[in-house]
Amino acid sequence: MTFEDWIFSFHLLFAATLVGSLVMSWIVVVSMRTADTPDATLNLHRVGMVATGATVVGLAGVIVLGIWLAILRVDFHPWDGWVIGAIVLWCIATVALLRSFREYAKPVEKARALATSGQTAASAELTALNRTSTGLMLRVLGSAAIVVIVVDMIWKPGA
Amino acid sequence: MLAAIRPDNQSFALLLHLVGATVVFGALLASATSLVLARGDTRLLRLGYFSLLLVGLPGLILLRLAGQWLYQLQNWDDLPSQFSEPAWLNIGFIVADWGGILFLIALALGGLGVYRLREGKEGATVLLRVTMVISLVLIVAYVVAVWAMTGKPS
Repeated sequence: MTFEDWIFSFHLLFAATLVGSLVMSWIVVVSMRTADTPDATLNLHRVGMVATGATVVGLAGVIVLGIWLAILRVDFHPWDGWVIGAIVLWCIATVALLRSFREYAKPVEKARALATSGQTAASAELTALNRTSTGLMLRVLGSAAIVVIVVDMIWKPGA
Repeated sequence: MLAAIRPDNQSFALLLHLVGATVVFGALLASATSLVLARGDTRLLRLGYFSLLLVGLPGLILLRLAGQWLYQLQNWDDLPSQFSEPAWLNIGFIVADWGGILFLIALALGGLGVYRLREGKEGATVLLRVTMVISLVLIVAYVVAVWAMTGKPS
């Protein structure tokens, strides 16, 4: 394997981590919709934190190695239309996902506050925060942008 | 470069193969993490199992079927007998097929564990812990498969 092959391989490993962690975070997001107690919210949050960490690592890894590959390979250039398209979509996905993480941190803060005050029963306010529509829409936008990047990477329009 | 060497008629099959692979990888990550962090919490134990059953299994089926479709589109079955298939392809088959059997064992044991958990019988945690170990092994196997199938070392 050449150095370029290794960079390509790691680029795709980061991509697999990114998409895999998004699938994982969707499983947590769907589960959170039925979480109504502080305990359930905080337990799911611990799983969600692993997905969030993997998503951040994946986002950073794919862009760094992706741009590096576009510079290394003679067939591609960073200014190719499909590469620029992917970078724009990556920016949209990153902003949407980071904002979504912030939205899903709100029920965790609430759950911690309830747990600190000794309240362990179901809370309507906590349930509503766990079902945040803003967080959900941002997660949909971020995930859709990642899916379009994968399609762009496979078909490479204009390459 | 990949676009230049891969005919367009293979792109959709490749997309389905990648979607299946990442879905099953994500489900394994969710399952293993939930089971590792459960500490006896019933909700997380159930999440760990149902991630595998409801998300991972459909992903595995899609990965395997789309992989077979790609195999036929790339005419690997027409390879003359004096040539052996490349190592990266064999690694892919080993992880998909033997990994698939391991996945089904994890599902069976986890299902029994969730049943025993619901019935309040003993041994549920041990069964789900075995499911967790298999999930962790499969995560490592999938990382190796991604490396082999993208780097194509042979």
